Amino acid sequence: MNFRRLFLIGLPYLWLLALFLIPFGIVLKISLSDIALAIPPYTPTLDFSEGLAGLGQFFPALDFENFTWLTQDELYWRAYLSSLQIAVIATLITLVVGFPIAYGMARAPDEWRPTLMMLVILPFWTSFLIRVYSWMGILGREGVLNQVLMWTGIINEPLTILNTNTAVYIGIVYTYLPFMILPIYATLDKLDVSLLEAAEDLGCTRTSAFWLVTLLLARPGIIAGCFLVFIPTLGEFVIPSLLGGSDTLMIGKVLWEEFSANRDWPVASAVAVVLLLILIIPIVLFQRNQQRQAEAEQ
Amino acid sequence: MRRFSWFNATSLTLGFAFLYFPMVILVIYSFNESKLVTVWAGFSTKWYGELLQNEAFLDAAWVTVRVAVISSTIATVLGTMAAYTLVRAGRFPGRTLFSGMIYAPLVMPEVITGLSLLLLFIAIGLDRGVTTIVLAHTTFSMCYVSVVVSSRLMSFDRSLEEAALDLGCTPWDAFRSVTLPIIAPAVISGWLLAFTLSLDDLVIASFTSGPSSTTLPIKIFSAVRLGVSPEINALSTIMIGIVAVGVISASLITKRTALKREREERQAGR
Repeated sequence: MNFRRLFLIGLPYLWLLALFLIPFGIVLKISLSDIALAIPPYTPTLDFSEGLAGLGQFFPALDFENFTWLTQDELYWRAYLSSLQIAVIATLITLVVGFPIAYGMARAPDEWRPTLMMLVILPFWTSFLIRVYSWMGILGREGVLNQVLMWTGIINEPLTILNTNTAVYIGIVYTYLPFMILPIYATLDKLDVSLLEAAEDLGCTRTSAFWLVTLLLARPGIIAGCFLVFIPTLGEFVIPSLLGGSDTLMIGKVLWEEFSANRDWPVASAVAVVLLLILIIPIVLFQRNQQRQAEAEQ
Repeated sequence: MRRFSWFNATSLTLGFAFLYFPMVILVIYSFNESKLVTVWAGFSTKWYGELLQNEAFLDAAWVTVRVAVISSTIATVLGTMAAYTLVRAGRFPGRTLFSGMIYAPLVMPEVITGLSLLLLFIAIGLDRGVTTIVLAHTTFSMCYVSVVVSSRLMSFDRSLEEAALDLGCTPWDAFRSVTLPIIAPAVISGWLLAFTLSLDDLVIASFTSGPSSTTLPIKIFSAVRLGVSPEINALSTIMIGIVAVGVISASLITKRTALKREREERQAGR
């Protein structure tokens, strides 16, 4: 191996080792430690000055106490379950909202498509935080939505939407919609029209051709879109903190509070480790879906 | 596909109305005279004036831009190297781990990335400030850059590189004069992506910033936690405006270069 090759591979490799893998190892280690009134606020700390004797004291002091704690305290497993529930429901709503848009884009005249594409991507470049924030002015008690509904006489009392789970769902669907539209559009765009014609020639109605041909062939895109919404939603922090209420339990928010308000680093680390373990399953499934799609294209 | 129906037209109209309605409201209310964001009291640009005098916001904006420029530039170099390694370097020990480390940060929840980096910085005793945010942002955005660049590298004709090497180029010369110009569009969009990711990031920056290095998203977040504010509406409008101008002009430029190339090809063909 020559020097240039070593440099080319080594530099990004070392960077990721130092700033991705090692930090994660530290999280893992602290999740096995105990909270302490010290700086840093956990014990044991690894003391290299004592050499091997230090290591001998270090390892026996690690235990799974924090993980046992996570299963005992109701807050945590309720937060995991409610994050899962919110992520699943929000993903399904996003699919129901996003599919007709992707479908409309795929059937739009060719000369519209670049503009439609740009209109879907544009919100993605604008700040996530601002897009979430924009709903605060709409959903609030004196927000635009309530004003319009009261003015038209549909309701007499303002609705409470902000700081409830409904607002969290709206926020998730709104911010992650482009992630659902783009992969579905990509598969629908490549769909061979002659297949639909063949289905109709063979006696399918237009509706059953849609279900049997279009939807089936769009499946890889639908699956990809669902994972792209589901995975980041599960650990979401900004949306539940701005739009959710005090009873909105999401694990990203719990982790944040455990760390910054309670300063319980070992428990925060254990929460992070468990969240990652939960995420591994959808990530592996997503990877497999992408691989299958790539193979199908070749 | 064919037959653009009424159903398609309706779903597109409603869909795009949904995507743009909140931003339009935000922009309208940024010109509201009243401090009460819910009551319309006439047109005014006073919130923009107050924003420009708010030093805390201006300082935060300066920190944010500095972090974004530095981190996206380092991320582009490292990400391009990583992409080149993944696509061209063939087998080397630890390749699986390397590609895993490239893809994992893309799906890692931000709270975990932020927490782990903070714990690292504390463990090695690095004071939190602009440097630590730059290190954090570079790490996750280099992965995005490398995904964008490697998809371009995979699709291009390798024989061009080989021809340059056969004709006596050193590997570095071949990279500089053949590979780099071809992958340049991907490298540029990678940089832009890294830049916006850094501008946008709240969670990781909150974990890795120190008291003297508040970024704009941190500032906005702590301001809007208490409720809607007309100053933030004005700030949002400015940010939306910059992005809109940037994206629209970028797409116009791409369109024009495509047209120009088409014309040149037609002339060359004649």
